[in-house]
Amino acid sequence: MVKKKTEKLIDKNNLRVDGRELNQLRPIKLEVGVLGNADGSAYIEQGKNKILAAVYGPKEIHPKHLAAPDRAVLRCRYHMAPFSVQERKSPAPSRREVELSKVIKEALEPTIFVEYYPRTSIDMFIEVLQADGGTRCASLTAASLALADAGIPMRDLVAACAAGKVDGRLVLDLNDVEDKEGEADLPLAWIPSLNAVTLLQMDGRVTLEEFEQLVNMAVEGCKQIYQFQKEALKAKYIAVKEEVQE
Amino acid sequence: MKYPIVIRVKQKRIAQLVSHGKRLDGRGLTDYRELQIETGVVGRAEGSARVRLGKTEVLVGIKIDVGEPFPDVPDKGVLTVNAELVPLASPSFEPGPPNENAVELARIVDRGIRESKAIALEELCVEPGKKVFIVFVDVYVLNHDGNLIDASAMAALAALLNTKMFNYEVKEGEIEVKPGYTPLPVRDYPVAVTFAKINDKLIVDPWLEEEQVMDARLTITTDKDGNICALQKGGYGYFTTQQILEAAKIAKEKAEELRKLVVKG
Amino acid sequence: MPIFYERKQIVTPGDLLAENDYLAGENTYKEDGKIYATRIGLVDYDNRKVFVVALKAFYVPYVGDLVIGKVIEVSLGVWLLDIKAPYPAVLRASDALNRPFKPQRDELSAIFDVGDLVIAKIVAYDRTRDPLLTVSEPGLGKIKHGQIVEITPTKIPRVIGKKGSMITMLKQETGCQITVGQNGVILVSGKTPEDEQLAIMALRKIEEEAHTSGLTDRVTEMIKNEKRGV
Repeated sequence: MVKKKTEKLIDKNNLRVDGRELNQLRPIKLEVGVLGNADGSAYIEQGKNKILAAVYGPKEIHPKHLAAPDRAVLRCRYHMAPFSVQERKSPAPSRREVELSKVIKEALEPTIFVEYYPRTSIDMFIEVLQADGGTRCASLTAASLALADAGIPMRDLVAACAAGKVDGRLVLDLNDVEDKEGEADLPLAWIPSLNAVTLLQMDGRVTLEEFEQLVNMAVEGCKQIYQFQKEALKAKYIAVKEEVQE
Repeated sequence: MKYPIVIRVKQKRIAQLVSHGKRLDGRGLTDYRELQIETGVVGRAEGSARVRLGKTEVLVGIKIDVGEPFPDVPDKGVLTVNAELVPLASPSFEPGPPNENAVELARIVDRGIRESKAIALEELCVEPGKKVFIVFVDVYVLNHDGNLIDASAMAALAALLNTKMFNYEVKEGEIEVKPGYTPLPVRDYPVAVTFAKINDKLIVDPWLEEEQVMDARLTITTDKDGNICALQKGGYGYFTTQQILEAAKIAKEKAEELRKLVVKG
Repeated sequence: MPIFYERKQIVTPGDLLAENDYLAGENTYKEDGKIYATRIGLVDYDNRKVFVVALKAFYVPYVGDLVIGKVIEVSLGVWLLDIKAPYPAVLRASDALNRPFKPQRDELSAIFDVGDLVIAKIVAYDRTRDPLLTVSEPGLGKIKHGQIVEITPTKIPRVIGKKGSMITMLKQETGCQITVGQNGVILVSGKTPEDEQLAIMALRKIEEEAHTSGLTDRVTEMIKNEKRGV
């Protein structure tokens, strides 16, 4: 079956296929502490993305030969459920999932004080229940909250967002159609207090000037998402405080 | 995941030197190691190349086969890139299916070729929806002395430029081989430039011990017009946006230098 | 005054708490003269340092702490216990027997078996090995009856209260024996299951509302209401 290409991804009013402006994030919902067994967990909905992140640890690492004598080892598994995409995906890890597991782990690790817990592992599990473009960024946003929910000491949260080029225009937070049919997609993860980029990738083709604009655009998107993350973390406790004060 | 244990004194030395704009092997911060490119080294492959970047050695073989196209692009040939970190290349490589490092390496090389549209895939269609040519790019790392990404990307490009396809005619839906060969249609020349960050300084083409000491790495692939067509940050550290933009400018220049060496060969 | 929050405000990891002259206390770190929170919690400070009372954190072993653990393995000459820390705790046979261990004669699982709960004290712990326990003091040893409540360890101080005010009230009002492990595990032992349930309800309420004020009064009121059957 040949997929029909979408006629125009951006209309004459500068609105995108889902009605958004060029610089607009998809609606985001974040919830922390959603899983009973995990040490920390978080759930994100971003547009049609639905992703669950869970943390176990720090705990004794198994198999033992993987232990590092002076730090905790962060392990990460990014996985998509077979029913998360249009055409059923095999549950076996694909090469894309292997690569994303690696880059997500590398994006989170700079924030964790791994040196406090030698010989342990911190295991991060990400399950994409429904995918609609930008899953690695949404996963990172949730994973960072799951770590905070687990009480693992961190330098800061990590917020992630993608920017890209669609129909020749630069846009923020691409959905699946825009990612597949656009000219470039640049996911980026940002740590505000360190002014640091911990994930940066790109698919597509852009000039040096466009690249600079995209990086700045993605960082601005991350700053917005960071505020949502902080609110989500505090939400549970603030609600209890307000209840009690009545 | 192995955390190699590096001699602390050496670590310090490398970091110290880099702070002063120097490297242990005497190179400048933006200098590549000596580059040697040899093509046509594996006769049975449709194309091949071996790259030696300092002591890092990568061999790429190209095989072309006939197969079915992807259902959503029925009129284009298929590109598939695989990388093997062969155990003989390094004490830290273990036998087994490709691990996350091998997968990442293959995907970065793939993105450079794919996003720059280096191979004219639409010219590799035999019968739309039924038969197309599949280009297998197999990256074989023979010795790991740092910066496998740039070496592999250059070897892949050189191998593709070296690739010849047999001439053919389509008769009644079947491929009939005819005498002679035609070069694979390659239209762009993507080159990857990888940076390592050590003590807040960026160095190009990290050698193994620099990689073991670095905070993070950033690979920027550009096409023949200087557009960026692939990016990958790796490692456990981070970059500031300023460092990233600075790296992009340097990458464009260095890629141009390297491209001349790969394409002429 | 270079502190950016008021006392007892909720902060999250990465929040900039203070600058320059302050010391980085619990659950904070200092970089380039700036102090940031490392965990979600309530920020507080005194003259010299800024710290965060974490709302949720796992237990990190500390020498001298009383802990309640579960035996997970009976090994040669040792028991391994889960004390809800990143590391399993070790209890040596010689410590429980008060004499050297004799492999042929001593059946360790007869003393503590897998699944048993033990009250112990941490006698040794450092970065290079797992925490070491002792049961050779009065009040320590196997738990024979009662119920266990697990709460996040950072809230244990609230369970005890200022000068033991909360824990004393709980024991009085419920008539239960309550042993508080620093690792967040609490043993409740009462004359009837109803008494134990009351204590458990109270402990859950403390955990839920630990970050609010006036808690001792509210918990006391809740217990009294329950007892009256309100």
